[in-house]
Amino acid sequence: MGTTPPTALLICEHCDTVYRRRALVRGDVALCVRCDAELERHHALSVNAMLALILTAFIVFVQANMWPIVTLGLSGQHNSTTLWGMIIAMWREQAQVISVLVAFTLFFFPLGKMLTLGWLLWFARRGRRAPGFVRLMVALHHFGPWTMSEVFVLGALVAIVKAHTYFDVVADPGIYAYAALTLLITIFAGVDLRQLWDEPLESPA
Amino acid sequence: MSALLRADELGLIACRVCGLVCRNVPGDERLNGDDVGDAMACPRCGTTLHRRKPNSYARTWALLIAAFIMYIPANLLPIMRTASLNDVDDNTIISGVVELWRAGSPNLAVIVFTASIVVPVLKFLALGALLVSSQLGSDWARVQRAKLFRLVELIGYWSMLDVFVVALLTALVRFSVLSLVEPLPGVIFFGLTVVLTMLASMSFDPRLIWDGRDIDE
Ligand SMILES: [Zn+2]
Ligand SMILES: [Zn+2]
Repeated sequence: MGTTPPTALLICEHCDTVYRRRALVRGDVALCVRCDAELERHHALSVNAMLALILTAFIVFVQANMWPIVTLGLSGQHNSTTLWGMIIAMWREQAQVISVLVAFTLFFFPLGKMLTLGWLLWFARRGRRAPGFVRLMVALHHFGPWTMSEVFVLGALVAIVKAHTYFDVVADPGIYAYAALTLLITIFAGVDLRQLWDEPLESPA
Repeated sequence: MSALLRADELGLIACRVCGLVCRNVPGDERLNGDDVGDAMACPRCGTTLHRRKPNSYARTWALLIAAFIMYIPANLLPIMRTASLNDVDDNTIISGVVELWRAGSPNLAVIVFTASIVVPVLKFLALGALLVSSQLGSDWARVQRAKLFRLVELIGYWSMLDVFVVALLTALVRFSVLSLVEPLPGVIFFGLTVVLTMLASMSFDPRLIWDGRDIDE
C-alpha cells in the first residue's frame, strides 16, 4: 500500500470497504460490492453546465421568494403571502421555533448552498481553487442535508387543497417558480460535489 | 478485487467530509471515535479523523429517544387552530389527514399520512433496530440493514411537510373575524421531532453494521 497515492483509493463510507479507483465513463455508477451503496458516479455535467444550472436556480430562487406563492379570497377580501410572510407570521404567532426552522431550511441554507456553489464553480471553470475553498466545501457538506425547498412545494400543494374547501384559491407565480426550482434541484441532486476536491480539475470545455 | 478488504484492516481511514483516504495511526485509541479529542486532522479539509463517528451509539440513542419524547405531544396536541365566525376547530396531525381524505383528495391524504406518520415511525423502528442489531454485532441481513439506513436518510426530511402546511396556512388565512388560522404547540413538537430524527440518523455510523463478527463468509 506504501506506493499507492491516497487519491487512487476509494473507501465506501457505508461499510468501510477499500477499492482501487477506476476511470468512469459516461453514465457509469460505481456501486459497493459489499453493501450496494453508491461509491462514485460519472458526472455528465461539465463545470460550465453546473455553473449555468446554479445561476438559473439562483434567479428562480429570487423570484420564488419575491413573488407571492398563493392568494386566498373570502367574500371579497384577498390575502396572499410570500415565503417571508410565512416566516414573519409564524414568529408573531408564538411559533418562533418553526419560524427559524422555515427560515433556515427554505431560505438561508438553499441560498447559502447556491451562492457557495456558484463561487466555487466560477473559479473551477478556470481550473482554479476559489478563495476560502476548503472552508466552503466543509460548510457545504454540513448544511447540504438541511435544504428543503422540494418538500415545501408538496406542502404548498397540500395547503392549497385544504384551503380550497373554504376559500377561492389562486396559485401565484411564486409557486410556479418553486416548482421550477424543485426541477433544477432534482437535476443537480445527481451531482457528486466531492469531485470538486479532486485535482486537477476538469479542464474547461 | 476478490477479497474485500476494509479500511480498518489496511490501516486506512476515510475522511468523513471530503472522502480522502488517510493513513491510520495503529493503536491510537483516540481515533476509535470514543474520544472527541483532535487526534489527527484530514490533510485536505482539516476535519478531525475518526475510525468511526464519535460516540455513535450513545449519541444516536440519545437523539432518537429525545425525538420519540417530542413525538408524543406532537401527535396528542393540536398543531393548528382554524377559527371562523361560528366555529373554532383544533386540528391534530391525524385529523388533518382525515380532513384531506374527506375533502376528496385521498392521494394527498396518503402522502401526508406517509410523511407525518409512516416516515417518523419508520425512523424510530429502523434506527432502533439498527442500533440494537449493530450493538449485538449481529451479521443478520447486513445488506438489507445497510439499505434500510440509506432509505431512512433519504426520506427523513420529507416529514417536514406538515410544518410547512401549517406555516403557509397561518400566513394565508387572515380574514380578521371571518376566518383565521393559528399554529398550536403540537406543530413545534413535531418540527423538533423531525430535526431530532434527522440528527439521530446523521450520528449513526452505518459502518457499525459491518463491524461485528466475521464479515467475510
Ligand atoms: Zn459499502
Ligand atoms: Zn477531509
